[in-house]
Amino acid sequence: MRTVEAIDVSAPAQAVWRVIADPQSYLHVMAGITRWEVSGEQRRGVGARYKMLMRVRSADIGGLIEIVEWDEPTELAWTSVTGLDQRGRWRLRERVTPSHPPRTHVELRLSYGVAGSGLPGWLAEHLAAPTVAGHLRTSLRQLKRRVEHEQLRTAASARREARAAT
Amino acid sequence: MQEGLTAHPAGRNGRAEHPPTPPGDGAASRTSGLGAAGLGAARLLERAARSVAGTVVSRAPRADLDERDPDYIREHLPLLWLACSLWYRGEVRGLGNVPEEGPVLLVGNHSGGNMTPDTVVFTLAFSTHFGVERRFHQLAHNLVVSMPFLSFLRKYGMVAASPENAERGLAAGAAVLVYPGGDREVHRPSWQGDRIDFGWRKGWVRLAMDHDVPIVPVVSIGGQETALFVTRGERIASALMLDRLFRLKVLPVSIGLPWVLNVGDLLGHIPLPAKITVEALPAIHLREEFGADPDLDEVYAYVTRLMQDTLDALAAERRLPVLG
Repeated sequence: MRTVEAIDVSAPAQAVWRVIADPQSYLHVMAGITRWEVSGEQRRGVGARYKMLMRVRSADIGGLIEIVEWDEPTELAWTSVTGLDQRGRWRLRERVTPSHPPRTHVELRLSYGVAGSGLPGWLAEHLAAPTVAGHLRTSLRQLKRRVEHEQLRTAASARREARAAT
Repeated sequence: MQEGLTAHPAGRNGRAEHPPTPPGDGAASRTSGLGAAGLGAARLLERAARSVAGTVVSRAPRADLDERDPDYIREHLPLLWLACSLWYRGEVRGLGNVPEEGPVLLVGNHSGGNMTPDTVVFTLAFSTHFGVERRFHQLAHNLVVSMPFLSFLRKYGMVAASPENAERGLAAGAAVLVYPGGDREVHRPSWQGDRIDFGWRKGWVRLAMDHDVPIVPVVSIGGQETALFVTRGERIASALMLDRLFRLKVLPVSIGLPWVLNVGDLLGHIPLPAKITVEALPAIHLREEFGADPDLDEVYAYVTRLMQDTLDALAAERRLPVLG
């Protein structure tokens, strides 16, 4: 099953990247996530591994995942090592226009399933889809709020410093 | 999935709740007044029952821990998820209290008759939380693991309940789920659904001490609402010698689907979609908390009290039977 959700964030892609590249932020930003821990020495980049779980009705579903793409600040993808089969991807596309501040189109994709589970697997994937999609939508809204608030704080701080300098 | 460490009725430490029936007090002796023909028939029946019992007991496989099949479990997780999410609306809390690795003794209260929804819900949650790669064995009654049509349960890691099998599981580094209350607790009347009833079986305490493994109490509620359990039928079971023949101390009577009046529950029943809530409590390290040589009775009293308090809290959350 493949789920895709997207949102526009009023911030440069680098600001969004800072949040999604930080494993510590996932428990705060991602809805339904009950666990997101670094597994091993490497915290970031291709090869970094995390133990993650997402609450979907009666179970926390997930497992050990590994980052397979790390293209700052546009693409971050992971795939499952153990647990349910999953493949996820963040796609950031910055849109710069002369008249507007930079905006970033953020897309979050998640494919999941259990190979060999037959009809029950197909049924479970489809019944879980609304919950998973809801988690992704909420996650994107929380990401947008967090990044834009940080942008506002940064801008306010810059204004204060400018006033103090004059 | 009924029985905990009850292979020895008196247990190694606890007092016997159901002393063995004295010789001559069985069904055969009660037929003595029926005449020679009746006596002969009764003896024939007894021999037949013993033969069947012997076959069943001999079919109970010695625990082959390698029968557990992680791929099989993984492929069937969606089916478990469907049952737990749609039918039981299962909710498992506190899995973070289970140590991340190493052997651990999970001690649960048991509910729901032979359908044991609490085990289904907990197995799903454990397998998804820790991954199917982590060894997880559940101790079950001999009858359950010896039924040919239930052989698939062994792929989930189910083994016959006995101290030896539990020890082998722990020695292999597995998480072992034991239900000390066994068939006694699982068939308790529905109105006692909020009671922990281990029947003074304490073998699990000795097991945790011998292997120096932490105990994680696992408390569940809702199973006793999947049918109307009326009585355990302990006296009938004793009169029919089920204890001696099949290690069955009960002959439960319940009202449930599709049989309406369900005696024995050997064929199971269609459970009502009661909400099942399970809570794993913080791990108890016996020697850290009770000294180098913990007192069995003290540990038993402490753990069951802890579980009873949790069960009381879970029961207080429930507003309506079945709906939760």
